[in-house]
Amino acid sequence: MDIPELERIQKMASRMRRTAIDLAFKAGQNGAHLGSGLSIIELTATLYCGVMRFDPKNPAWPDRDRFILSKGHGSLGYYTALAEAGFISREQLFSFEEDGGDLPGQPSMNQNLGIEFSSGSLGLGLSLGLGSALAGRRVGKKYNVFVLMGDGEVNEGAVWEAAMAAAHYKLGTLIAIIDSNGMQSDGCNASVISTDLKSMWSGFGWETVTVDGHDIHSIYGVLKDAGRKPEGIPLTVIAKTVKGKGIDFMENNNEWHHNVLTKARYDAALLALSADKIRP
Amino acid sequence: MTIVNPANVRSWARLGPRGTFGLALLEAASENEDLFVITADLCTTSGLDRFRSAYPDRFVNTGIAEQNMLGIAAGLAKEGYRVFCTSFATFAAMRSYEMVRLNMGYMGFNIKLVGLAAGFGMGMFGNTHYGTEDLALMRVIPGLSIISPADCTEVLKATKAAARYDGPVYLRLTGVSGHPIVYQDDYEFEIGRAIRLREGDDIAIVATGTMVFQSLEAADLLGQHGISTCVINMHTLKPLDIAAIDSLMDKELIVTVEEHSVIGGLGGAVAEYKSCLNAFPPQLFLGIEDKFEKAGSYKYMLEKNGLTGPKIASSIMQRLGRPVFKKVAHVE
Repeated sequence: MDIPELERIQKMASRMRRTAIDLAFKAGQNGAHLGSGLSIIELTATLYCGVMRFDPKNPAWPDRDRFILSKGHGSLGYYTALAEAGFISREQLFSFEEDGGDLPGQPSMNQNLGIEFSSGSLGLGLSLGLGSALAGRRVGKKYNVFVLMGDGEVNEGAVWEAAMAAAHYKLGTLIAIIDSNGMQSDGCNASVISTDLKSMWSGFGWETVTVDGHDIHSIYGVLKDAGRKPEGIPLTVIAKTVKGKGIDFMENNNEWHHNVLTKARYDAALLALSADKIRP
Repeated sequence: MTIVNPANVRSWARLGPRGTFGLALLEAASENEDLFVITADLCTTSGLDRFRSAYPDRFVNTGIAEQNMLGIAAGLAKEGYRVFCTSFATFAAMRSYEMVRLNMGYMGFNIKLVGLAAGFGMGMFGNTHYGTEDLALMRVIPGLSIISPADCTEVLKATKAAARYDGPVYLRLTGVSGHPIVYQDDYEFEIGRAIRLREGDDIAIVATGTMVFQSLEAADLLGQHGISTCVINMHTLKPLDIAAIDSLMDKELIVTVEEHSVIGGLGGAVAEYKSCLNAFPPQLFLGIEDKFEKAGSYKYMLEKNGLTGPKIASSIMQRLGRPVFKKVAHVE
């Protein structure tokens, strides 16, 4: 394993988490989806720093890997990755949630910024990814299509229409990643609608792997050489994560699904981040 | 290429709107390498069997999954394809409505959604299969063009026009096989440009889809009662041809006729425009009543809702305060 690369990803994830907090603070009274933005940071950092092929100078490069944030409310973990990857300038990034801006709470399609599709309404990304993967296969391209969904999001029936079709069409370039933070708007998945993700995805004909969604080593190991097969079994990566990861008072606390970060809370969050750094 | 001549026109009418659509798409695909087709388990019903055989690599069947159809279409459209999606109008417009709004409206992808057997086209299948609110739903989505051809010849022309057009389109197919013929000869079809089929001084009928033929028949009957009736084929509901409406401002009455709810479709579109003008003739809305009724065969449902030539004429006579005729008779 290429250790320097993993270190780079780790550092990027740390910067992203700090920036996400800054963005949420900057969003002021609009508030932000902190919980699920923070839970996907290691996933997006690994994708954009070590796995995906892209060129920020040529955002529409036909051979680029496609990434779809199906759980659009994870934007804090997405915009920060796009900024690190060079698609979004720091200045643009801090236009987050500005009136009439390009970076609203949920992503709005913008190829120049590397945003493939608009998202926010849940359950729609996997179908979009199917279309992207089919298009690539038809012209003999081997780009991967990564679709990041929430574990609550998969309550949506449209996800399973897409899951069924992806297996049927043997889309071996399609990779679904489930941010399995165990929570959704109304509480724990288990208390709202209990699901068995692994057997569901396997049952729909997908290869299914479970990883620690905050362990860059594991994520990288699973995703680095995934896909690239025009004909094959699509892959689901169930990433076990913690909602609000990295900020002690946000972790597994649904108050932070969407909330306003006051100055006091902002300072507390930064303190939590610095404490996290010195943790062994 | 297919030529519009009397023999072909008759054969398309026999084939019906869906068969003609399939034929048109087959031709459009031969002219257009980036044309792709997705259906939700309605390949044969959409007249697409020949397309599937000819272009298997440009055809996807999602199974009975309309929402996924619209999502895959968006993914393909993003990569440069112009994608036709087919299902029965009610499912195309309603089951996948949010995907239509986001993928065709918000993101503006080059998707042509084809609503088959709109109105009462599904006959004895009943209310679950009637597409009677689709125009209202599609009209409110920003950016969509909405086309509703009058007969099978126009289905052919509209399909090809939609295939050439860059942008999202809802193509509404009304009627069944053995479709009455409006156009015997070739003519110019342009999205967004209504066609005046009949001149008339007293009143105007603005019709769409199957109701164009019925309105021509009504105009004939009204003529026998000395009412000179202008008939407009409003084959595009959006963008609405407002110049065509402007040209009717001197009429005593404007009648809108559609195989769709009286709410939110052609009648609504015409009324919305008219109400902004300083002076305009009153409007009679003919269409499907705002209620669910017991189902029946196609012909029965048209009769029941007053959507045949004689019934349209009769409703207009009543509105004008002239005697309602029991049977057609010449006045003087």
